[in-house]
Amino acid sequence: MEKLILRRVETDSEEMILNFGPQHPSTHGVINFLVETDGEVIRKAIPDVGYLHRSIEKIGETVGYPGFMPFTDRVDYVAAMFANEGYAIAVEKLLKLEIPPRAQWLRAISCELCRIASHLISVGTMAMDIGAFTPMLHGVRERETINDLIEALCGARLTYNYHRIGGVAFDLPDGWRDRTLRFLDHFDKFLVEFDRLISFNEVYVKRLAKVAVIPGAMARDYGLSGPNLRASGVDFDVRRDLPYGAYPHLRFEVPVGRGFVGAVGDCFDRYYLRCLEMGQSSRIVRQALETVPEGEYMAKVPRRIKPEAGEAFSRVESARGQMSYYVVSDGTEKAWRVRARTGSFTAMGIVDAVSPGLMVADLVALIASLDVVAPEIDR
Amino acid sequence: MTTQELHERLRSRFGDDVGALGEPRVDPSCPVRRERIAEVCRFAKEEPGLELDFLEDLTAVDWPKKNAIELVYHLFSFRHRHGLVLKVEVDRAGPKVASVEAVWKAANWFEREVYDLFGVEFEGHPDLRRILLPDDWIGHPLRKDYQEAGSYHGISNVRENPLVELRRLDEKARAAAAPPPAPPAAPPSPAAKP
Repeated sequence: MEKLILRRVETDSEEMILNFGPQHPSTHGVINFLVETDGEVIRKAIPDVGYLHRSIEKIGETVGYPGFMPFTDRVDYVAAMFANEGYAIAVEKLLKLEIPPRAQWLRAISCELCRIASHLISVGTMAMDIGAFTPMLHGVRERETINDLIEALCGARLTYNYHRIGGVAFDLPDGWRDRTLRFLDHFDKFLVEFDRLISFNEVYVKRLAKVAVIPGAMARDYGLSGPNLRASGVDFDVRRDLPYGAYPHLRFEVPVGRGFVGAVGDCFDRYYLRCLEMGQSSRIVRQALETVPEGEYMAKVPRRIKPEAGEAFSRVESARGQMSYYVVSDGTEKAWRVRARTGSFTAMGIVDAVSPGLMVADLVALIASLDVVAPEIDR
Repeated sequence: MTTQELHERLRSRFGDDVGALGEPRVDPSCPVRRERIAEVCRFAKEEPGLELDFLEDLTAVDWPKKNAIELVYHLFSFRHRHGLVLKVEVDRAGPKVASVEAVWKAANWFEREVYDLFGVEFEGHPDLRRILLPDDWIGHPLRKDYQEAGSYHGISNVRENPLVELRRLDEKARAAAAPPPAPPAAPPSPAAKP
């Protein structure tokens, strides 16, 4: 890194090398950007990540299969359900375990609520980074209700540890269904209000439309996934195209960026797509709550989880794109290798290529619109 | 295309440099000869019908018994919705392999991560630096024989069991407190009694 910093600094020009972060409020965690600027215009922004590296993959090799589940929460603590689910699915594939339908529905319900919570943080902080503070508070207010619901479901508000290898930890509590439906009724109105509040606010739109455009081919090339990919016009959603769990039985649409106010793949598309996805998630939760089958919520899992040698790769549509776990077993009680592929990691890789020519303030918009979360990059 | 068909296509183009499809122990994969991985990847991405344009994941697994580090390429096609897993084995002593950064840009960061955590060198990578760990870190932590250095720039990264430490603190506090009162030589006044 030092080499990059000391490369060249000419005195009689507008050139500067800035450290943007690691403790900058708009970097959404501890990320550093080395920004080469010419006045206000960015020549290049080089992301420097790793401040939150906790060697979670190495831990996965030492704690045994069920023991790793709480650690997956820490991979992405803003949307921990997906990390739980991805890991559970990978190990279930290794064990060739069928999980009961009720567990699949409960997984879908908890994940979609978690997606709403995560997207609320995403759009809220995005508005805050751009300079509008109120939407953040509205978003956090709604998220608070979701946190209450999830707390009633599994006892935790942030690091849920709700999914288990073979199902989920708890059944729906009494009265939870009605509480959730009441919240969703309110939430659907909130989404309309949120659009009125900020989404099509003229200043906001001007800050985001046609800024940091990522064309579809580039998004594919850089391995973007999830909302970031779809905002660039690539119609791909793991839930629909490689369905898992309860999703084949649920009806929902996959919003795709089409240049809502500017160009396809600009910051506004990435922002607004998340607003649309929240509406779809609400729809999924409603359906799932109505159709949730009776029965067990946990499969019969042996006390000692010891899959035969082999490897499995799982794909889950997380709030930040495709989350995959690659688990290699050598036939013992501890995994030989656990790998978490996360959406933020690849999303961060594209900053280098998109940033040249942006204004410094637009870099903030770009980072916010990619919705990266530092622990998910570094793991 | 099914995985078998994809594999057939690669076999017909590259012959024995693409190995047999592994028995489907959950997810099948096929080994590729180290020298030809970049070529195979380019073919897999660009050949009509295959178009594996999404590098889902690139990672590695260390196998000290085989004396090999196994690189794992998870490929997927958005258009055809099919996928394939390729594997390349490299020597543990001086692991080197051609970079596929020119094929998928996503490989840039994935390869940096593998370089950082496994020490595999990717030839032709434009910017092969450590990504998660500091530049002057010693060793590659995801290798099975990795030993922690004990400290980094004087900051210890080993810690004993916190319970042991707590117990020691307890004992220290007990020792620092007044020595245990001697048998009541001067008993306190019994005024407090009800």
